[in-house]
Amino acid sequence: MVLSRDRWLRWVGKPVVHALAAAPLALLAGRTFWHPELLGANPVTTIIDQLGLWALRLLLVTLALTPLRYLTHSSAWLLYRRLLGLWAATYAFLHLLMYVVVDQRLDIRVLLEDVLKRPWITVGFAAVLILLALTVTSTRGMMRRLGRRWQTLHYGVYLAAVGGVWHYWWQVKKDIRAPIAYAAVFALLMGYRGARRWLKARSAPATAPGRI
Amino acid sequence: MRYRRDLEPKASEITPEAIWQDRRAVLKTLAASGALGAAGLAQAASTPTGRVLNAPRNPAYVADEAPNSWDDITTYNNFYEFGTDKSDPARNAGTLRPSPWSVTIGGEVETRGTFALEDLLKPHPVEERVYRLRCVEAWSMVIPWDGFPLADLIKRLKPTSKAKFVAFTTLKDPVQMPGQRSGVLDWPYVEGLRMDEAMHPLAFLATGVYGRALPNQSGAPLRLVVPWKYGFKSAKSIVRIDFVEHAPATTWAVSNPHEYGFFANVNPAVDHPRWSQKTERRIGGGVFAPRIATRPFNGYTEVASLYTGLDLTKWF
Repeated sequence: MVLSRDRWLRWVGKPVVHALAAAPLALLAGRTFWHPELLGANPVTTIIDQLGLWALRLLLVTLALTPLRYLTHSSAWLLYRRLLGLWAATYAFLHLLMYVVVDQRLDIRVLLEDVLKRPWITVGFAAVLILLALTVTSTRGMMRRLGRRWQTLHYGVYLAAVGGVWHYWWQVKKDIRAPIAYAAVFALLMGYRGARRWLKARSAPATAPGRI
Repeated sequence: MRYRRDLEPKASEITPEAIWQDRRAVLKTLAASGALGAAGLAQAASTPTGRVLNAPRNPAYVADEAPNSWDDITTYNNFYEFGTDKSDPARNAGTLRPSPWSVTIGGEVETRGTFALEDLLKPHPVEERVYRLRCVEAWSMVIPWDGFPLADLIKRLKPTSKAKFVAFTTLKDPVQMPGQRSGVLDWPYVEGLRMDEAMHPLAFLATGVYGRALPNQSGAPLRLVVPWKYGFKSAKSIVRIDFVEHAPATTWAVSNPHEYGFFANVNPAVDHPRWSQKTERRIGGGVFAPRIATRPFNGYTEVASLYTGLDLTKWF
């Protein structure tokens, strides 16, 4: 049987993307339970940091799909958008969960103090809450139910990304080179969107006179 | 040197060497028989290395806690001169040449000049002390240091009555210390103590750890250890000791004065703006160990009298 291109993208592409997105988590879990020495002298911090970094990386990959769609004139990329977004959210939840449950042992007083008193934690916490809202409303049923409000809500992904990068930047003590790199990638992805919109708006009256 | 005018005013046994040696022998046998996986090799790497110091333990200064492993102590370091990641110093410190080494003594002191390290250290018998080390980043270790009291060196150098502070300067050499090619901190690294702090019997100059000469990433060949203060006060790879009238401008306090003070005494009641100081994560406990409570002055409350009348919230 010969698969059509669309079926290839679905039946082969999706499992491959799932596997790639899950690989860092599988690696971390394997190290945690079987080779903790590979996580260094402070494994809790290593795990929390790695989960947070992968959340941010996958969020940026998700946000890269729209530019890729326009640059390659192919909407195939969009097949993987929800899937990657959900993986980014999964890493973000596990990042928060590790900090709340394993590091701080559900100590509500400490957690409240951290979220309320330390802006970098406030920002990170807010970003995870946004991702939670997006995850809950990611189903087709919710899309139908929310109608136009769904799109408005899901623009929240940009806020979550801003929050994520900001949280990372603020968390670093002194060497901000890595956070700068993440911020630059995010700015590039947003800049592309802005530039495209601007160019379209400029050329729209000439090419689409019927849209009055 | 820059100054800060505003500041004028029962022991758990360390694994005996016989056991390390024995473990190495066991691992060698295993390796020879081909029965050893990657995990086993990682363990083998934790055998202490370097020149043996044969320093007797001073039982008056032995923390009542199990010391961290050689591996933890020598692979998890904040030493920005070799990179900002905790694993960077162990990887990059091979370029440091701790011998020959000289130290310059300057300022308000009778014995001034540049001395070969051996000559400076010769009169001081080396002893072992097991101290807790609390990092400002809310993690901690227990470390068996080899060295001698800072006060002994100071007394021998005879500071003048004008000497109110002691400043310690780390080597500045971007060839030996590749991390200094980045401007992440204002090099060279400078730390300092008030004279009464420096003269306290707990203040220690270390030349070794675990009975071996200091590895490069731990601050070879000479470093400060001030166990009641956050780790960043303990300057590494020292090339200058200056006796000064005014508080020196210390590196982290200059870099971010809202977050790091001159005193930097371990204090669970004064939070760092970005994290709580009430608890700490003891390195070596593994993934599922709980955090432990941080104690005032890292448990070394005998230093409290140095700070009578000082508002520790303001002078953090």
